Amino acid sequence: MKRYLGLGAFYLLVAVIIFYSVFPFYYAIISSLKPPSQLFRVDYFPVYWVWDNYIAVFREQPFATNIFNSVLVSVSVVALSLFLGVTAAYALGRVQFRGRGTLLLAILAISMFPAVAVLSGMFELIRLFGLYNNLLSLTLSYMTFTIPFTVWVLTTFMRGLPKELEEAAVMDGATPWIIITRVFMPLLWPALVTTGLLAFIQAWNEFLFALTFTLTNTQRTVPVAIALITGASQHELPWGNIMAASVIVTVPVVVLVLIFQRRIVSGLTAGAVKG
Amino acid sequence: MEERSELTRTRVTAAWLFLAPMLIILVLTAGWPLLRTIWFGFTDANLADLSTFKFVGFDNYLTREDGKWVGLLADPEWWRAVWNTLRFAAISVTLETVLGMIVALVLNASFPGRAIVRAAVLIPWAVPTIVSAKMWSWMLNDQFGIINDALMRLGLVSHPLAWTANPDLAMLSVIMVDVWKTTPFMALLLLAALQMLPSDCYEAAKVDGIHPVKVFFKVTLPLIRPAVMVAVIFRALDALRIFDLIYVLTSNSKDTMSMSVYARQQLVDFQEVGYGSAASTLLFITVGICIIVYMAVGRVRFDKE
Repeated sequence: MKRYLGLGAFYLLVAVIIFYSVFPFYYAIISSLKPPSQLFRVDYFPVYWVWDNYIAVFREQPFATNIFNSVLVSVSVVALSLFLGVTAAYALGRVQFRGRGTLLLAILAISMFPAVAVLSGMFELIRLFGLYNNLLSLTLSYMTFTIPFTVWVLTTFMRGLPKELEEAAVMDGATPWIIITRVFMPLLWPALVTTGLLAFIQAWNEFLFALTFTLTNTQRTVPVAIALITGASQHELPWGNIMAASVIVTVPVVVLVLIFQRRIVSGLTAGAVKG
Repeated sequence: MEERSELTRTRVTAAWLFLAPMLIILVLTAGWPLLRTIWFGFTDANLADLSTFKFVGFDNYLTREDGKWVGLLADPEWWRAVWNTLRFAAISVTLETVLGMIVALVLNASFPGRAIVRAAVLIPWAVPTIVSAKMWSWMLNDQFGIINDALMRLGLVSHPLAWTANPDLAMLSVIMVDVWKTTPFMALLLLAALQMLPSDCYEAAKVDGIHPVKVFFKVTLPLIRPAVMVAVIFRALDALRIFDLIYVLTSNSKDTMSMSVYARQQLVDFQEVGYGSAASTLLFITVGICIIVYMAVGRVRFDKE
């Protein structure tokens, strides 16, 4: 009897955890599918299935452009940080040299920066390069947080690769560049998928720099566009549109995360616990 | 032997060559802007024209003007932002650690449907912060929000609450959303630590008939303490620099304004680059002090291999 009671309590806890995690997103989805006239009546279960809000988001603002901007920025950030990350991780993970420990510690310290601490310096730099209100300003500024992260995680992975492989390659006269591209790359791709995905999510979600360094609607990324959706007045926010936009940008990320969930967990723990 | 050291030397040269592009980008996007921010903190720079400014010493921090103390350290709004940030970080990280531990323990047990729970738990983590702020502000809406509706149906409140506008509730709302969003991260880190524990001491405890709660506090917790400490510091650093959630959920309300929101408001909205940079620098120093104190107290080491 006591055993069944314990089991019942356990499954109740499980149910609470699932409900708590999923409900806000579920509620955003059912709100987004309501016709605007019904939005202000609270429904706990899906009653409507209309796409008006989804059409309105694209019609009332350049949301397609915003999505394109976000994709462009995130993909370029991932490509650049993976390239810089792999080469640096090879040096930091496989070669013994003086100052390596200090360098790793400095990189870790940078990943703990509050982003606002580089804001005014970055602003000056972006004006200097003439990149204000240009998507390149975001690619550049996102390096502040993706580089330390990718370098740190890839170094952890790189260290775990067998030493014999590299020695054999050196015996055959392979240069470090060949070792990275031909010997380590094939072994490293799961790590690259994980790191790339996490960097992509970071760039996709970034808000402070995107809000500060872009000015016009057509240069905005998705998070800024959603945050700045306004209605006729302050008190008439178009909640239907906001929820539809939120669902549009969240579904791809949730799908990616669920597909790669095992890899993501290993990437997060490599970045934090093993560090 | 001669050849060996020759080989080592070329490897070290290659290593620095491989590091160079990354280091250049990192200096350009992190090192240099940080130094400029600290420098701007000692000037009267304005956003409208960043090329002309003059050195003003510590005037942005504290100075005496017309017989009154002025500057950041004499600004009650700044101190309010400091207090808001510290209070937010302490409460939300504590809650996230406790809840994250519960979720991690559940996920560490084997039961049918565990994969579903893990997938469900990942959803809040995958939702972009801005989106979670918007989703929750819709749920917390004072007139049409589902939370007020549910609380009134349950008879817990007699009239709708203005969650994000009421000064007493605004910080609670921010903490609520942050806990929802980041508990999964905590849970995953703690789960990874739990899964590395040896199973034999649990079997021994089970054979001896020791109560599971006692096992948790006497065996599990001491063993995963290092992992908990690292997870807590990662979350705490994130919480101290919080910007987007507060900016979207309660905009520039003084009741919830964090140090990052304050600094950006000065910098961008009021164009006071000098003053805003001084605030950013103080935030940077605060984060640094927190890391050092925490590492000294918790004896956490990052550099062990």
